[in-house]
Amino acid sequence: MTGTSERRGRLMRRAFLGLLPVLAVATLSAQAPDRSKPPAPGPAPTLKLPQIQKRQLSNGLAVWIVELHEVPVAQVNLIVMAGTADDPAGKYGIASLTTAMLSEGAGTRGSLEIADAVDFLGADLGAASAVDSSAVRLHVPVARLADALPLMADVALRPTFPKDELERLRQQRLTSLLQSRDDAATIASLAFSRVLYGPSHRFGTATMGTGDTIKAFTVDDLRGFYSAMFRPDNATLLIVGDVTPDSVMPLIERNFGPWRAAGPNPTHPQFPPVPPRTSRQVYLIDKPNAPQSQIRIGAIGVPRSTPDYFPIQVANTLLGGSFSSRLNMNLRETHGYTYGASSTFDMRIQPGPFFAAAGVQTDKTAESLTEFFKELNGILQPVPADELSRAKNYVALRFPGGFETTGDISRRLEEVLTYRLPDDYFSRYVASINAVTSNDVQRVARTYVQPDKLAVIVVGDRKVIEPRINSLNLGPINILTIDEIFGPAPKP
Amino acid sequence: MKFAAAALFAVLLPASLGAETPSTPLQLPYTQFTLPNGLHVILHEDHSVPVVSVNVWYHVGSGRERTGRTGFAHLFEHLMFMGSGHVKPGEFDSWLESAGGQNNGSTEYDRTNYWINVPSNALELALFLESDRMGYLLDTMTPQTVDAQRDVVKNERRQSVENRPYGEAEDVILGEMLFPEGHPYHWPVIGYMPDLTAASYEDVVAFFKKFYAPANASLVVAGDLDPAAARRLVEKWFSDVKSAAPAEPPTIPGVMLTGVQKKTVTDRVQLPRLFMAWLTPRHLEPGDAALDVVADILTGGKNSRLYKRLVYDLQVAQNVRASQNSLSLASYFEIEVTPRPGHTIEEVQKVIDEEIARLQRETPSEHEVQRALNQIESSFYNRMERVGGFGGKADQLNAYYTNTGDPDWFNEDLARYRALSPSDIRAAADRFLPADRRVELTVVPDTK
Repeated sequence: MTGTSERRGRLMRRAFLGLLPVLAVATLSAQAPDRSKPPAPGPAPTLKLPQIQKRQLSNGLAVWIVELHEVPVAQVNLIVMAGTADDPAGKYGIASLTTAMLSEGAGTRGSLEIADAVDFLGADLGAASAVDSSAVRLHVPVARLADALPLMADVALRPTFPKDELERLRQQRLTSLLQSRDDAATIASLAFSRVLYGPSHRFGTATMGTGDTIKAFTVDDLRGFYSAMFRPDNATLLIVGDVTPDSVMPLIERNFGPWRAAGPNPTHPQFPPVPPRTSRQVYLIDKPNAPQSQIRIGAIGVPRSTPDYFPIQVANTLLGGSFSSRLNMNLRETHGYTYGASSTFDMRIQPGPFFAAAGVQTDKTAESLTEFFKELNGILQPVPADELSRAKNYVALRFPGGFETTGDISRRLEEVLTYRLPDDYFSRYVASINAVTSNDVQRVARTYVQPDKLAVIVVGDRKVIEPRINSLNLGPINILTIDEIFGPAPKP
Repeated sequence: MKFAAAALFAVLLPASLGAETPSTPLQLPYTQFTLPNGLHVILHEDHSVPVVSVNVWYHVGSGRERTGRTGFAHLFEHLMFMGSGHVKPGEFDSWLESAGGQNNGSTEYDRTNYWINVPSNALELALFLESDRMGYLLDTMTPQTVDAQRDVVKNERRQSVENRPYGEAEDVILGEMLFPEGHPYHWPVIGYMPDLTAASYEDVVAFFKKFYAPANASLVVAGDLDPAAARRLVEKWFSDVKSAAPAEPPTIPGVMLTGVQKKTVTDRVQLPRLFMAWLTPRHLEPGDAALDVVADILTGGKNSRLYKRLVYDLQVAQNVRASQNSLSLASYFEIEVTPRPGHTIEEVQKVIDEEIARLQRETPSEHEVQRALNQIESSFYNRMERVGGFGGKADQLNAYYTNTGDPDWFNEDLARYRALSPSDIRAAADRFLPADRRVELTVVPDTK
């Protein structure tokens, strides 16, 4: 059971003990301050940007080091420039399975031995694939860094892909796939991707693949993907934490210097062009008796390399990217239809989706769709100056807070690497946001939010919601089954 | 905070391993004072990024609700963001966003917390907003405001409980089975729908007056600040908040399970799931820390006993998870397991019972216990990286102050774990996880 309810949907599990006496008493006069207007903030503080110290190992592997000495911990990430978008046709899911298998056997150790050694050091060692990159990540008390790095190097450089561990993960993934049918939000997200990109494009299928691909993967598939992508000329090592280059480089050289590339340079698959949407359509997935409908409304958006990146950040903050955004204020605060409504531009090397989303109470599904479209149309109109300035401030002024922890900084550096952002990206970020004009916001909204061409996905109680959605005349209603989204239920 | 040089390592691991524990004393320098109205204030300086966090704990949670008004403490939490005497509805969020700030709050059985993170130039704005809702919340409160957030909270319940697989069992039914009718933990923090419907404006007024007095709260201001200047600002903005008698401390009802309580419910899920739960020692009482280690030995990592047997070796379960949930009136220890397709609850429960019995009979190995302790120790360091938000340093200072009277109780807390021996772990499993006094809640797929 979870003993926490929160305003915005995070969960914490711990709770704490009762009341204690007050310790010291200060003396002062209780003179009421002037509350007639809010205190104006002083000049914005400037962030001392983390210095990236760039090095290279004898084998050419690039190493980026950021010193952060507040807490005696270190984050070490090996970023490989290949992710789930690099899954070959017919092998969707291979990147994600390959990275998951790295810690299931490496060097001379088996799965349990690796886990025991890592846990005993009080370290976290994990590997995962994102869309455009994969990473092996170590977080460890700096006093144990020297003991943990050889384990990380084994996992990243010398995986053994044992057959029996593959069989175990295969069954685990087939079961996960089965369980994803339980959750309306998961169904809605996957249905949305499938509708936008279709079954053959990589983005139209779940990260872990389908029942068919998961069943078919072999150890050779894992080795093939690994050796094509995991190589020093396709990777960068990030180290953030309580280290100095002098202290850490010998350790890094010893553990990662002998790594050698084998075979031809990695190639990235070409994506089939997706025909642009020409009309608005509704896709309804039945979830009998569901108390809420999960809604996703959107289209294919932009690649991370878009020149419109900063105007889009501001436009999305206004639309659904902050608590005071139009979608949240309308659907949550004004109407109470939902616990929260939002919008997202998911940017990748290839164009990712743009979508607005919410879980809304079943009997207000049609009303919610109406309000969604009111805001999606509204954002095409000129934006009032005060709203624009609030959104720009929100994005620009909280930028420094995103460099606090070893995890924060390493995530930012991963983004720079994966999307080849320029060296002055961080130093120009705030100015780039501040340069966004009302015209820019309107232009990007009109370019990327075309309300009459969006796909509308609703996962909910069809018998209750369909008649009223129908009467909205949003467009043709297509009924999708869960099997059409996930493929037939896997029989592990 | 700034850690002292890493020269003070104590050796916790066996020397043969060659790995030293980074036992730099965990210390957060702080200053504290209490305003005449009873508000206790703690300041902590950390200049790593130009951000400050304002964190308030009110010493009231769902455990102080009355029958017929469950879920009220949390609904009230939502109302705290809706404006106050000098802040119109919507301005709390829009002013903070204009300053680059973020905010949130959460409600548990025993407490409600609120935090605002802002760039350090906007500290005074955050203190103004936080003090205004502590002092003047009711000035702008209306029945319409209550209605608006009532609908939001009902949708929070639909989203996070009713429409979440296994949500009703885990968040509602398990607590009802563990704690008897009338016990403050019997009902879920999120409350029951009819009670949310019944909550009134008058309830809001009464709850605020009873539980939101400054003497029933503590304030932490942490981050990029100058303590003297921050103190002046806190005094400026919080001194006019009127004092009121602090709420009576809660009575601690005795509670125990006298047998095995079993129940089977259905949900729209593909696989069955079993929840097992025991009533266990309160937070910080003897046995509480040992049960954290028991949970780790059972399900923390691939080599943990239940994970290894059920998920790794036998592969009859998809996952298994155990936790000691530490609370102020009574804690509970919980195990959750989901059998794989083709396997049954009975099959996995038999293995769980065997492994608990083995831990109760045989002292665990030094290595196994040390592995768990090393992970717990690392978690203390990891928790030092962030100042604000949930679980940041400001939140932890407030938690320790609330629980022990000492904001900087990090070392003492860690010492609870370091003091544990393998035989303590066996003894805790033996004493607190009896097979004949527990809850067994099974969820089966609804085949209708």
